[in-house]
Amino acid sequence: MKIVIPVDEKTLESKVCVSFGRTPYFLIYDVETKESIFIDNSAAASTGGAGIKAAQIIVDNKADVLLTPRLGENAAEVLKPAEIKIYKTITGSAKDNIDAFIDGKLPLLDEFHAGFHGHGGN
Amino acid sequence: MRIAVLSGKGGTGKTLVSVNLAAAAKASTYIDCDVEEPNGHLFFKPEGVQVEEISVKIPKVDHELCNGCRKCVEFCSFNALAYIKNKLIVFDDVCHSCGGCILVCPESALTEKAKVIGKIKKGVSGEVAVWTGVLNTGEATGIPIIKKLLNADNPQGDQLIFIDCPPGSACIVMESIKDADYCVLVAEPTLFAVHNLRMVYELVKLFNKPFGVVLNKCLDEENPAEKFCFENNIMILCRIPFDNELGTLNSNAEIAVNKDKKYRDMFSSLLKTVLREVQHETTTNP
Repeated sequence: MKIVIPVDEKTLESKVCVSFGRTPYFLIYDVETKESIFIDNSAAASTGGAGIKAAQIIVDNKADVLLTPRLGENAAEVLKPAEIKIYKTITGSAKDNIDAFIDGKLPLLDEFHAGFHGHGGN
Repeated sequence: MRIAVLSGKGGTGKTLVSVNLAAAAKASTYIDCDVEEPNGHLFFKPEGVQVEEISVKIPKVDHELCNGCRKCVEFCSFNALAYIKNKLIVFDDVCHSCGGCILVCPESALTEKAKVIGKIKKGVSGEVAVWTGVLNTGEATGIPIIKKLLNADNPQGDQLIFIDCPPGSACIVMESIKDADYCVLVAEPTLFAVHNLRMVYELVKLFNKPFGVVLNKCLDEENPAEKFCFENNIMILCRIPFDNELGTLNSNAEIAVNKDKKYRDMFSSLLKTVLREVQHETTTNP
């Protein structure tokens, strides 16, 4: 099973990035092999639709699970048909969140925010 | 003759100035290009309003023909397309209607379909033709509505046209001032306003438009916007005082020009100054 997390830095100790679509990197963690891969998020610099493109990258990397603090509704639309399960992260490092997920302590993320699309947002 | 009224930020008085200029000019056309929040109609209360829906072309997928090559997904600068589980998904709200995906599709799996993004309302208020653009909430851009508003046949074509622009200096403002003969920049006496005035100042210079500034909400104390005009040799067309009476009229959606002679005189004088400037401009830079 492959877990994907948006991260600020290319380490397991990195914080989880507050933005899914515009995170600089994704950590892909393989639960079976315990292998970590960091990929650049080519969607980060998008003019628009970063969430859609980032979600496409997640799907193309054959992720099973996404751990993220929040997610836009367009990205959710992409991940839904790909049957990727989405869980909400807690405070702490990427590693803390992987451990919490494996222990079944992360809640499912089921509320998705509307797109900002140039209207600001926080 | 087309006179565009713009400002870097919202709330400086674009609508106050453009509505009152049109009312002072009497036989004229007022065009509200602030399609995200048009409010000029609140003042004019136009009658006989005719509504026309405005639509753009967005892609429609034929899933039978799509072979999943993803050329369209890679092409789209706005990421309006995704290819998930052997199926192409189009995000209508993210699409900017460039038509590129349809051009790059080697399988002709994409065709165009119309999507309504807003409307244009045309009515009359006394001698003023009042045209309003309305963009539906959540749409990517109001530019198609502005294009339609500014390119429409105008039965009063030889009369004065006042364009109430959207705030800011982005594409939507460029579209609104593109064919203007003169630009009126409205600014408040705050540092924030100067920052935004500088943005529209650079914009009108880039577009090589003749322009002048209206200083609104003027107080007795120092006016940073006025200072900016002095420093950059920008013509000050008019100083509108910070005036409770004018503010109250405006808040009640009254047209000040029609309510009080002193405001009629003020905006008539501004109109005269603007017309003189345009005349001067066409003589010196034909």
